[in-house]
Amino acid sequence: MKTFISFVRKEFLHILRDKTTLLIMFAMPIVMIILFSYAISTEVKNISVAVLDFSKDEQTNRIIEKFNQNKYFQIKQYLTTNKEIEVAFKEKKINLVMVFSENFAENMLHTHEASIQLLADGSEANSGAMYIGYAQGVLGSYLKEINSDAGATQSFQIQTNSTMLYNPQSKSEYNFVPGVIGMMLLLLNAMMSSIAIVREKERGTMELLLASPMPPIQIILSKTIPYLTLSSITLLLVLVFAHFVVGVPINGSVGLLLLLCLLYIFTALSMGLLISTVMQTQISAMLVSGMVLMLPTIMLSGMVFPIESMPNILQWLSCIVPARWFISALRKIMIQGVDITAVSTEFLILIGMVVLYLIIALKKFKIRLQ
Amino acid sequence: MLYGNDFNVIANVSKVIYKTKHINSQLSKEKQNNKTTMTNDDIIQVKDLTKQFGKFTAVNHITFNVKKGEIFGFLGANGAGKTTAMRMLCGLSYPTSGKGLVAGFDISKQQEMVKKNIGYMSQKFSLYEDLKVWENFSLFGGIYGMNRKEIKDRTDKMLKELNFENERNAMVSSLPLGWKQKLAFSLSIFHNPKIVFLDEPTGGVDPITRRQFWEMIYAAADRGITVFVTTHYMDESEYCDRVSIMVDGRIDALDTPQNLKNLYSAKDMYDVFLYLARTAKRS
Repeated sequence: MKTFISFVRKEFLHILRDKTTLLIMFAMPIVMIILFSYAISTEVKNISVAVLDFSKDEQTNRIIEKFNQNKYFQIKQYLTTNKEIEVAFKEKKINLVMVFSENFAENMLHTHEASIQLLADGSEANSGAMYIGYAQGVLGSYLKEINSDAGATQSFQIQTNSTMLYNPQSKSEYNFVPGVIGMMLLLLNAMMSSIAIVREKERGTMELLLASPMPPIQIILSKTIPYLTLSSITLLLVLVFAHFVVGVPINGSVGLLLLLCLLYIFTALSMGLLISTVMQTQISAMLVSGMVLMLPTIMLSGMVFPIESMPNILQWLSCIVPARWFISALRKIMIQGVDITAVSTEFLILIGMVVLYLIIALKKFKIRLQ
Repeated sequence: MLYGNDFNVIANVSKVIYKTKHINSQLSKEKQNNKTTMTNDDIIQVKDLTKQFGKFTAVNHITFNVKKGEIFGFLGANGAGKTTAMRMLCGLSYPTSGKGLVAGFDISKQQEMVKKNIGYMSQKFSLYEDLKVWENFSLFGGIYGMNRKEIKDRTDKMLKELNFENERNAMVSSLPLGWKQKLAFSLSIFHNPKIVFLDEPTGGVDPITRRQFWEMIYAAADRGITVFVTTHYMDESEYCDRVSIMVDGRIDALDTPQNLKNLYSAKDMYDVFLYLARTAKRS
């Protein structure tokens, strides 16, 4: 145990004295979150709205007026038929189309079936979700207003039916946070730890360690501990920052969230271990981490491009990307607030991956020692 | 140990054969002669040690013994199999066949025990550049299970011997190469091993530092640490008590430098080495 502790201490010193590593570990995730949230906060101003009003009554006029008064919305166009909707999106740079159903005011009062369809341009997933969110906010406050005017005798209801065009499954307003966390944890744990192990091989210090009575498995394990610790700190930092500064909701249980992140950190560490047993130089470890880990994580995890709209073959390929399962589970927990039964598939797949990577890595490691 | 005794018998027999073979080789110096008779003190015993990588036989049935407290030079051209043999002795690699005992432990079965009793300094420079001098000492003390006080006392003593007391807090990367090599050697004997394996320890070091380095090796040998050293500098091989020369995975010569020179009627070890190395078929 004493040998183990002195070894772990050494690993911490390596990291703490390497400014680049520290920068990547702590500054990069925060910068990414700031960049993403900044991009979002600028894009939701000046939302161009087109209205397709099949009812044209007192209520719809008042709602349209509400939108006009709101500083975030600008009514740019009045449509008359469904066909014009697509043209509006494609040619008039409209962000959001509101469609009022027929007999709106009457239905609002009597049948409770007054409905507004909100169609948003979802090609930029985050902004699209923001348009709808904002519009729902305006409608919500309008309803509150007329309900309190009417007193307790009457209750008005509007059904909103929102659709994101061009990117139908993107339900979350804060897709980027799970994505950033998924990429960051992978980068820190798989790439940095594999590079750290390979660095010892390259510099010849690994020989020295292998010639010491310390069992090889302990050498490797002790290298992963600092990364586990530091990335947990970064994770907390990012979560706190995302929640309190950017305002991303955490609807599910925090315990489950941390458990999921821990499992994912283990997945990333075992991947790093596997890479380090195969690669001999830092450059090759970096390249492999870049090509085999980073690219699929960005392209195939659903972080940037929705998995459902990929060609079938890429959808299958995405199944072997751990970040896909992690990001999906993280979204469900953070934004939808589900419990563990709803994310059990993701948990089981990640556990399976850890076991698989570890078995291959340990086998490879033993062969190398022969 | 039963197996060890069997081993000694075999080793003695092979030694007798070896001696009759080279009957005309002169008697070595008094001191070395005393040592060669004390075969029970053999700290490394190797018999028919072989390592194959696929069809390539890197080390081909080598047999030799190293006596306690001896400085044993392990010579050979690049690719002759020195490093592979040394790695097997250090428990870094498993032999394909043959037996080896290091400090009384079997190199194929008791690698952990072998590693506890040896020190190792590799060909590549092997200190942590981004750690301070004392942190390197403390790390290796910790790895070999020394407690805090032992580590502190040993560090003080070693730094004093090296005259490095002012560099205790210096980052290793800021030191000149010669200093680093001396530090690396100190580190390899920090835990008082029975044997220290040095793989080309003086590569790229200036003559003065090499001289000082060999003084450190002698000091370690005086303290009873057996030194097993590979080198490409033939003048250094003259400093060894006994020298073996590997050619194509075999040990083609093994004796004191003086005896080898007499045997091959060479004026120095350089000629001995050239004579043997030229017989190599691999290169």
